[in-house]
Amino acid sequence: MQVAIIKYNAGNVQSVLYALERLGVQAMLTDDVEEISKADKVIFPGQGEASTAMKYLKEKQLDQLIPTLKQPFFGVCLGQQLLCEHSEENDTTCLGVFPVKVKKFTPEFQADFKVPHVGWNNLTDLKTPLLKGLSDESFVYYVHSYYCELSEYTIATTDYVLDFAGLMHRDNFYAMQAHPEKSGLVGEQILKNFLSL
Amino acid sequence: MLTKRIIPCLDIKDGRTVKGVNFVQLRDAGDPVELAKIYSDEGADELVFLDITATVDKRKTLAELVTKVAKAINIPFTVGGGISTVEDVKLLLNAGADKISINSAAVHNPGVINEMALEFGSQCIVVAIDTRNVDGVDFVHTHGGRKPTILNTQEWAKEVCERGAGEILLTSMDHDGTKGGFANEITAEISSMLSIPVIASGGAGNMEHFKDVFTFGKADAALAASIFHFKEIPIPELKQYLSREDISIRK
Repeated sequence: MQVAIIKYNAGNVQSVLYALERLGVQAMLTDDVEEISKADKVIFPGQGEASTAMKYLKEKQLDQLIPTLKQPFFGVCLGQQLLCEHSEENDTTCLGVFPVKVKKFTPEFQADFKVPHVGWNNLTDLKTPLLKGLSDESFVYYVHSYYCELSEYTIATTDYVLDFAGLMHRDNFYAMQAHPEKSGLVGEQILKNFLSL
Repeated sequence: MLTKRIIPCLDIKDGRTVKGVNFVQLRDAGDPVELAKIYSDEGADELVFLDITATVDKRKTLAELVTKVAKAINIPFTVGGGISTVEDVKLLLNAGADKISINSAAVHNPGVINEMALEFGSQCIVVAIDTRNVDGVDFVHTHGGRKPTILNTQEWAKEVCERGAGEILLTSMDHDGTKGGFANEITAEISSMLSIPVIASGGAGNMEHFKDVFTFGKADAALAASIFHFKEIPIPELKQYLSREDISIRK
């Protein structure tokens, strides 16, 4: 099985490679249109800022490619947000795979909720094979200031300030706000489930 | 619900763990990777590695260690000790660290916080603040708490937050090593004042101290070293206790 990890100017790509290595998968880090198209599975990791990331994807023509891909595709963290329609982060038009808006956490009382949302939080209302074997008490590791709104594509919800989309699914596209590569055994299970889709 | 984090801290010298550790299952008590894996399996929410050699020529050893840790464990970890430039940060993040922590360098050159946050994002920049109370006023100290500065701790915490720090690791030098409990008052003051998470450090001696720092101290996370290394408080037991005490904890 050939797994491609989309290389772009976002941090933390290395951790995703290591996490796959722990599962015995040697993934390929690439920004090449042809290599990505041919892969059996594609992972789109992320950490960084939306407009800068979109600019890089456009330079590499990946903004055209990604929405047309047919193999199982997994957007992680910023990767999930970029798959949406629009992000409030620097008013950025994103890839539009999910007709969903990305918003900034704006707690009414700052003292109650800090932004970014950092740490372990649980997933609830789990659906689809991607979350097979997990319970509502499954904790995953988050670091983010922007979130994807709930929609018909939401397959797991997390509560911080408000309920937001912890994971989303549409056709062959899956997306997750938390970091599976840093979420202990739960994260490992999600990655395993993705690899066996 | 977002949970409170329990963070063991490992002191590293020349790529090895220092401070005797008391784990019978360890084949090599000085191997940071093995210890990190045990903590991660026991339910630690995050790890901090503090390089106490922290000289330039030891950087490479540290980066190699970071890669080994990143390959072995599946929870986030922070690396600190002698980090002063954007280049240092780049080396360690590329090696696989999730966050880095800076201390003295930020005090000597506060602009470096902005530079690092801009280059790598606030989420991976932890600013460590060592504080000591002098005649009723809290002052930032450097060099492991030995050297006082003229910076007021509360004002400095506010400044590092404005400059782009993603988290603050607050160590009370008055409490560190006493096992008498965390510095709940100043931790609560700083945590309530800021929009970023505060990790409390220094003074953990029993399980109740953790409960206190999460309630009275309003800490988002608590860090400790020796009580975990010497198994005075096993992490699974601590988490069960906190859970019974209605503290939100990852199970």
